[in-house]
Amino acid sequence: MNKITNNKAWFLVLPVFFIVAISAIIPLMTVVNYSVQDIFDPQTRFFVGADWFRQVLEDSRLHDALIRQIIYTGSVLFIEIPLGIGIALTLPRKGWGVSACMVLLALPLLIPWNVVGTIWQIFGRADIGLGGYALNMIGMDYNYSQNPMDAWVTVLVMDVWHWTSLIVLLCYAGLRSIPDAYYQAAKIDGASNWAVFRFIQLPKMQSVLVIGVLLRFMDSFMIYTEPFVLTGGGPGTATTFLSQFLVTIAVGQFDLGPAAAFSLIYFLIILLVCWVFYTVVMNAGKREEQ
Amino acid sequence: MARIDLKSLAHSYFPDPKGDEDYALRRMEHVWEDGGAYALLGPSGCGKTTLLNIISGLLTPSEGQVLFDGKDVTRLAPEERNIAQVFQFPVIYDTMTVYENLAFPLRNRGVDSKRVDERVREIAGMLDLTGKLKQKARGLGADEKQTISLGRGLVRDDVSAILFDEPLTVIDPHLKWVLRRKLKEIHNKLRPTMVYVTHDQVEALTFADKVVVMYGGKVVQLGTPQELFENPAHTFVGYFIGSPGMNIMPCNIDAGAAWIDGKRIALSDRHMEAVSKASGQIELGIRPEFLRIETDSGSEGDNGIEVNIVKVEDLGQYKIATTRFGSSEMKVKVSEDQQITGQSGILRFAPEWTKLYADSQLVA
Repeated sequence: MNKITNNKAWFLVLPVFFIVAISAIIPLMTVVNYSVQDIFDPQTRFFVGADWFRQVLEDSRLHDALIRQIIYTGSVLFIEIPLGIGIALTLPRKGWGVSACMVLLALPLLIPWNVVGTIWQIFGRADIGLGGYALNMIGMDYNYSQNPMDAWVTVLVMDVWHWTSLIVLLCYAGLRSIPDAYYQAAKIDGASNWAVFRFIQLPKMQSVLVIGVLLRFMDSFMIYTEPFVLTGGGPGTATTFLSQFLVTIAVGQFDLGPAAAFSLIYFLIILLVCWVFYTVVMNAGKREEQ
Repeated sequence: MARIDLKSLAHSYFPDPKGDEDYALRRMEHVWEDGGAYALLGPSGCGKTTLLNIISGLLTPSEGQVLFDGKDVTRLAPEERNIAQVFQFPVIYDTMTVYENLAFPLRNRGVDSKRVDERVREIAGMLDLTGKLKQKARGLGADEKQTISLGRGLVRDDVSAILFDEPLTVIDPHLKWVLRRKLKEIHNKLRPTMVYVTHDQVEALTFADKVVVMYGGKVVQLGTPQELFENPAHTFVGYFIGSPGMNIMPCNIDAGAAWIDGKRIALSDRHMEAVSKASGQIELGIRPEFLRIETDSGSEGDNGIEVNIVKVEDLGQYKIATTRFGSSEMKVKVSEDQQITGQSGILRFAPEWTKLYADSQLVA
């Protein structure tokens, strides 16, 4: 059989190639460029090799921010995933309640991030904020701008408020795809509520949960706007997460070299974690099938 | 294993049913014997799944009672009724192996593991699943998944009844036949009470000892396959059972005969006596198997009418002749060796198989 070769088809890929180049590859290469040079002005630049990387990796402020970030992202996932599953399980399955719940749940997702920050900033204030004032009224000494623990809790609660809905909606979609016959069969098989959850609901939610965990991991690992508006990273550096730290180096101190090196490391961490997580989950699924 | 009593049972999906047409299930009174294999047969929407779900407890009837061996279970949940049910589409637990799937109903009830193992292997053996016991259920095909569902229905030996809701719909024709035979075998061996919902008459007639024919929310006849064939109690049974179904035509009764489109069909005294007490629209019904056609230009006589032959279909083992007189059409089953020539013939009625119906109910 004679195969006709026509390389003109490659031209069809060009538009995509240009778009990806402009939107991702070229900016990323610029960052790579910055990360290996010390640039004073357009004419004065020195190649420094891996110096910036070494400097950034040895920076104890970065270590602290990274640890804070890991604890924060861990807490976010630890709270939002089970909470989201729990809420999804209790949502009504038919009737007017469905639409009402969907609208209520979608509301936080529709609010711009800096507005979310502002809402909680005002809400948590001890003098004029409803939440902050109420907490002080019942005898708690709550002040997120002075007490690091309070700041932490506020940022966490804000994220939970903002993003749990996403997990709920994803899980709810997964749950809705389970035919009634499954529940009926489980009833007749004498399955307990736990068994129904463990053997019917959880397996059906698995794929949406993978997406949910990935999205929440990436988003919370890169969180910037909300804590920036709410606490500005304070008090002290209590809520300074990686993004905020990066902005401090790049924009505040204008250390573009270390900032670029740090950006690349940051990017690689996220990429690596996502890849490992995804591969492990998907392989686990495949192994089961064999 | 239990006897199932349905006591003045009725169900409506409306909270406040007014007339008969609001009922998905009209009032009924039945006793289904312990160890019987019953098929609920009827077209879509006739209420057979509603009835099944009432027996299994997934649905609480709006009126009447369900008794298992004399014990009222009307208000009990499915898991308290001690029944097994197999659904139309495969229900399997994805993350479990085939073995765990089969063991699930037993383990949930705290059966000891030795007994579980015994039962699972026995059922797996019957359904040819032994080689697959260690596999994850997720990767299997639809046929195998449904076989597992069947197995889960059969694995408990202490159930009051096993209910099947069109379990073989998704199975391919050959395997369908194999599984149906397996079910029959299992029934003969263990004698559980089985209730099998289907809209396929072949399935119902081959599986069941007793067939419950449902139509419009009512049980129109309960009988053995032979009774349904020879003595349909309702025109719907005549039409639904058999291939082709019964010939049913409106007729007038006069002077000891039935008149259809001006043609006379003599009736016996038995017919005349029964029909004189009946009222309503009278119809005459006869199965194509009990009609004969003569093409050698005889005379009409007492039980014959002259008809036009519209078409003859040869189905291999027999032929179906479609005949017409006036505006009525009748199908006749003709043996393979009878030659049908010409455009017309004499249609001969067998008086003992000629049935009369008043308002669709059998009178004689």
